[in-house]
Amino acid sequence: MAPLVNIAGLSVAFSGVPVLRGVDLTLHKGEALGLVGESGSGKSVTWLAALGLLPRHAQVSGKVRLEGREILGAPATELDRVRGGRIAMIFQDPASSLNPVLTIRRQLCEALALHRDLQGNAVRAEARRLLDLVGIPDAGRRLDAYPHEFSGGQVQRIMIAMALAGNPGLLIADEPTTALDATIQAQILELLSTVRRELGMALVLISHDLGVVAENCDRVAVMYAGRIVEEAPSNQLFADPAHPYAQGLIGALPPLDGPRRRLTAIPGTVPDPAKMPGGCAFAPRCALASEPCGLAAPSLAPIADDRRVACIRAEASRRALLGIAAE
Amino acid sequence: MSPPLVEVSAISRSYAMRSGMFGRATAVHAVDGVSLAIAKGQTLGLVGESGSGKSTTGRIVLGLEPPDRGEVRFDGKPMAMPATAAWRAQRARMQMIFQDPLGALDRRLPVATQIREPLDIHGIGTPADREERVRGLLRAVELTPAHGARYPGALSGGQRQRIVLARALATKPDFLVCDEPVSALDVSIQAQVVNLLCDLQAELSLTLLFISHDLRVIRQISNIVAVMYLGRIVEIGSADDLFARPEHPYTQALVSASPAPGRRSAGRIVLAGDPPNPAARPQGCAFHPRCPRAIARCASEVPALSAVGGDRQVACHLVTGAQTRDAA
Repeated sequence: MAPLVNIAGLSVAFSGVPVLRGVDLTLHKGEALGLVGESGSGKSVTWLAALGLLPRHAQVSGKVRLEGREILGAPATELDRVRGGRIAMIFQDPASSLNPVLTIRRQLCEALALHRDLQGNAVRAEARRLLDLVGIPDAGRRLDAYPHEFSGGQVQRIMIAMALAGNPGLLIADEPTTALDATIQAQILELLSTVRRELGMALVLISHDLGVVAENCDRVAVMYAGRIVEEAPSNQLFADPAHPYAQGLIGALPPLDGPRRRLTAIPGTVPDPAKMPGGCAFAPRCALASEPCGLAAPSLAPIADDRRVACIRAEASRRALLGIAAE
Repeated sequence: MSPPLVEVSAISRSYAMRSGMFGRATAVHAVDGVSLAIAKGQTLGLVGESGSGKSTTGRIVLGLEPPDRGEVRFDGKPMAMPATAAWRAQRARMQMIFQDPLGALDRRLPVATQIREPLDIHGIGTPADREERVRGLLRAVELTPAHGARYPGALSGGQRQRIVLARALATKPDFLVCDEPVSALDVSIQAQVVNLLCDLQAELSLTLLFISHDLRVIRQISNIVAVMYLGRIVEIGSADDLFARPEHPYTQALVSASPAPGRRSAGRIVLAGDPPNPAARPQGCAFHPRCPRAIARCASEVPALSAVGGDRQVACHLVTGAQTRDAA
C-alpha cells in the first residue's frame, strides 16, 4: 500500500542555524502516529515545513510526498488544496486560532466554502452537522455564538470541527490538550480517537506528554535536537525503549502508583542548535556515550520489525536496561 | 507528633466579579472553608484544575492576601499584620516559588545580585558574608558562580528555576510555597528540579506547600495530598495511597484521566461537562452536575469533609463512613 505521507531527509535551517536535521517519516492511511520530544526538538517544525507554513527566510530541503505527489515547494494554488483539504492542523491554543469578532457559523462556513463544493443551505446544514459531531450541545443555536462564549474545551472542539470541514485524510494535532485541564484533556482525546475511527482519518499527535501519546497512537517517534532518535510501536517503546534518550524520558516520569523512586533525571540541557555537538547530539548527556559517539551522527537503523533506533550503543543500552529490570 | 508548622483553619476568600461594565457584581468564592495542617519537614501537595482555588489558598497561607474568614497560624502564632516589623520577620521565614521563573526574575540584573537581594532587604550578615552565602546558594542548586554572573535571558528554563529556588532559600526559610514550579519545564529538566527540591528539603528540613495540576509530580514530592474542587477540599490523605485508591468520584476521574505509558485508555472515566464556573457554584455538592454517581441528596446538601478510615478524609455523600455534618 502506498503511504499517505512520506517525508525523506527533511531539513530546516533558520538563518543558517539548522533546527531540523534530516527527518524521515512514513505515515499510512488511518494510522495514528505520535511525535514526542522536548521543546525545540523539531516536532512542530517538521509539519510546519512539510506544509509550507514556515516564514520565507527558513531554508527547507528534502522531500515530502502526499499520496505520491511532491508537496514541498509546490505552487500556492496546489498547497491551498492540501492545507485544510487533505491535511488539517490544530494547535495548542485554540482561542487564538479563532477570530473573536466573527460567529462560529461564519468561521465554519468559511472553511466549508473553501474546501467543499457546497452552497447556501447545504453549507449551514453541514456546519451544524460538524458541531454535532464534535459534541457541542445545542449545535443549531450555538452556531450564532462568538468564540468567547465557549469554554476552552469547547473551543478546541470547534477547532476540530473546522479541521474536519475539508474531509481531511490526515489531521495534525499540535499539543491539542496542553492548555486544557486534565478532565477536559480526557474528553478531547476521546473525541479525537472517535472521530479518527469514524472517518478513517490518519492522525499525527504532537505532544511533550509521553502518556498522552502512548495511549492514543499506534506508533511513536521520539525526536531530539532536530532528528528522530527512535521509532517504535507505542506499546513496545514504553515497555522496552532502546535509545538512551527515550529511556531517560520514561525514567524521568514520576510513577502514579507503586513505590516512589528517585527520578532518573537526564543531566544537562538540550544543545543549542547553533552549537550542535559533533556526532550524536545526545552524547554529551548520555551515560553510555563512548568515543565513537562523538565522531559521527548515528543514522536511524532498523533493530526489529517496525523499530528503528539512531544509536550505536542501542544494543548495550537495552542490555543495561534489561539487566536493571532483572535485579 | 509535633505541632504543625503551618495551620490553616477554615479560610475563605471571595472576589467581586462584574459581568460587563455595568453588570451587577457577583461574589466568586475562590476558597471556601479550607483547613490544612502541615507538620514541620513535611510536604503537603495541593492538586486541582484551574479555578479550584489552589493558588489562592497558597497566597493566603503566605499572607500575600488576607482571608475573609478563618485564620492562618505559622509556628503557633497568627500571621502578623502586613507591613509591621513582626510581619517582616515572619515573611523572611516563608518564601514562594512561581511557575514562570522568567517573570519572577529581573531581566536587567545579573542573577547573583537577585539571589542577594533578600539578604540585603532583611539585613542578614555583612556584605562579605552575603557574597559567600550567594556562592553557597548557587552550589546548593547545582550551579556555578559563573552562572551567577549571567542575566536571566542567558540561562535555560531549568537553570532559571534553580535561581528562583536559590533566592527563595537565601533567608533560610522554614516554609516554602511552590506554585506549579515545574509545570513550564520539559520532562527531563522537570525531573532534575523535582530531585533537587526533594534533596534540599531533606537537607534543610524545609516544610513545603506544593501546588500543581500534575498528579505525578504531586505524588512524587508530597507526604499528604489534598484534592481541591471549586474552592473546597474534596479529598485528603497520604500521597502513597490516595492515587492508588481514590475514594471521591472526582479524584477517581482525575486519576483515570492521567495518561500512563503502557496502558490503553480502556475503562477511563471521562467526565461530562466543563469545569464549573466559580461564579456560578452549583447547589449542594459542587461536583454533582458532573458526577457519574450523583444522587438526589447531592444536589441539595453540601457534604462535609469527614474521616473514612486511616488518615483519609472525603467530602462525598456516597463514600461509606462519610457522615454529613453541618459545615460550621
